[in-house]
Amino acid sequence: MNYHWNWNVFFQTIPSGDETYLAWIIHGLGWTVSISLAAWVIALVLGSVMGTLRTVPNTGLRLIGHAWVEFFRNVPLLMQLFIWFFVVPEMLPRDWGMWVKQDMPAKEFITAFVALGLFTSARVAEQVRAGIQALPRGQRNAGLAIGFTQAQTYRYVILPMAFRIIIPPLTSEFMNAFKNSGVAYTVGVWELIFVSRQMVEETGGQVIESLIVPTVLYILCAYAANQLMAVIDRRAHVPGFIVAK
Amino acid sequence: MFSTLDFSVIPLALPAIFKGLAFSLELTLIAMIGGVILGTLLALARLSGGKWLGRAAKFYVDIMRSIPLLMMILWFFFLIPLLTGQPIGQEKSAIITFTLFQAAFYSEIMRAGIQSIPRGQVNAALAIGMTYWQSMGHVILPQAFRNMVPVLLTQTFVLFQDTSLVYAIGATDLLKAAENAGMLYGRTVEMYLFVSLIYFAICFALSMLVKYMNKRIAIIR
Repeated sequence: MNYHWNWNVFFQTIPSGDETYLAWIIHGLGWTVSISLAAWVIALVLGSVMGTLRTVPNTGLRLIGHAWVEFFRNVPLLMQLFIWFFVVPEMLPRDWGMWVKQDMPAKEFITAFVALGLFTSARVAEQVRAGIQALPRGQRNAGLAIGFTQAQTYRYVILPMAFRIIIPPLTSEFMNAFKNSGVAYTVGVWELIFVSRQMVEETGGQVIESLIVPTVLYILCAYAANQLMAVIDRRAHVPGFIVAK
Repeated sequence: MFSTLDFSVIPLALPAIFKGLAFSLELTLIAMIGGVILGTLLALARLSGGKWLGRAAKFYVDIMRSIPLLMMILWFFFLIPLLTGQPIGQEKSAIITFTLFQAAFYSEIMRAGIQSIPRGQVNAALAIGMTYWQSMGHVILPQAFRNMVPVLLTQTFVLFQDTSLVYAIGATDLLKAAENAGMLYGRTVEMYLFVSLIYFAICFALSMLVKYMNKRIAIIR
């Protein structure tokens, strides 16, 4: 293999401005982290609600939770992103659609994290449901027996337990949010994959340098996410309860 | 709103869409079969007790699992021509990437499957004079595989959805075919809607199959 290493490529300026490639990659990392974290907030909130709904006694509510999960789990993330980006604006009333297409600020970024957030929410919902169902039936009954309403039983008995035992599977979903965030490049967010592809094209063959730095940054992101969750798990761990993944 | 949609282009685009779908399914199938075989070997290497062999297999699995698939697709696409000196095309590159990538995930499943079989069975097989490979091939792996069928299928469900990521290197899968047809007829919205329905139908059917298998296959211990 005849490969000419050139690590100085990172200090060259990009053709379309006076930034260096290194600065561009740092910006890319910023977008990757922003998309992943914003998506994770959406996924955690909606996933918790929908996962909980799947376990309540009310059939209608259970159905909503179920439909949500099936809807967002059975279509590939990239397809969902295209639906949000290209299809939904056409479905809105005319004025809104025009606004979304022309005037909406940071629409690529917002569409990307919303799409990733909703996709991830279905997976979080499944973990939340598994966590709730893994609790002994007696806990719910005990809550109801001491006079809690259904909602109070969830708030004070079931959910505090369920969340504490699903931290390990949630950790891998959190890491997946980082790993999946790369799809945002397809709608034009300048995150790590975008920068990496652009660098491969522009630097004329510095393929390995252009790919390896973003790759290492992805691994570091996933590792940081993992460590953060490990700290939470250590503090919230319930002895004796393990949810199989 | 919906009144401006024109679904009459779908019949025209069907042949191209089917071709894309065929590639998505082909990629899924090859990566599944290749991934399960390679993954089983990786799992055996990890459980072999050989220090270096086990470490090498663990390293491979850890690397594959910590790098985003999208990044992996780019790596293989740009790296294979560097190593071999000639481009191999998007489709072949995708097949190689997916097989090697999925092998890491299938290997973790097979490892769990093999570990679900009591150790006594290995000892029993060896005691009646079977070699290591005979004991694996006739006693352990068939049971491990059977126990893990639902989980292997769940992984294949993920794999099928992930095939859409070959978009990154321009291979013509179902999603790319929809985009091409949409541009050709100026009906991107209709094409995306139609193809997401196809994805949904296939994935929904697969997830039903997993549920059914989960009920049918009780883990033998």
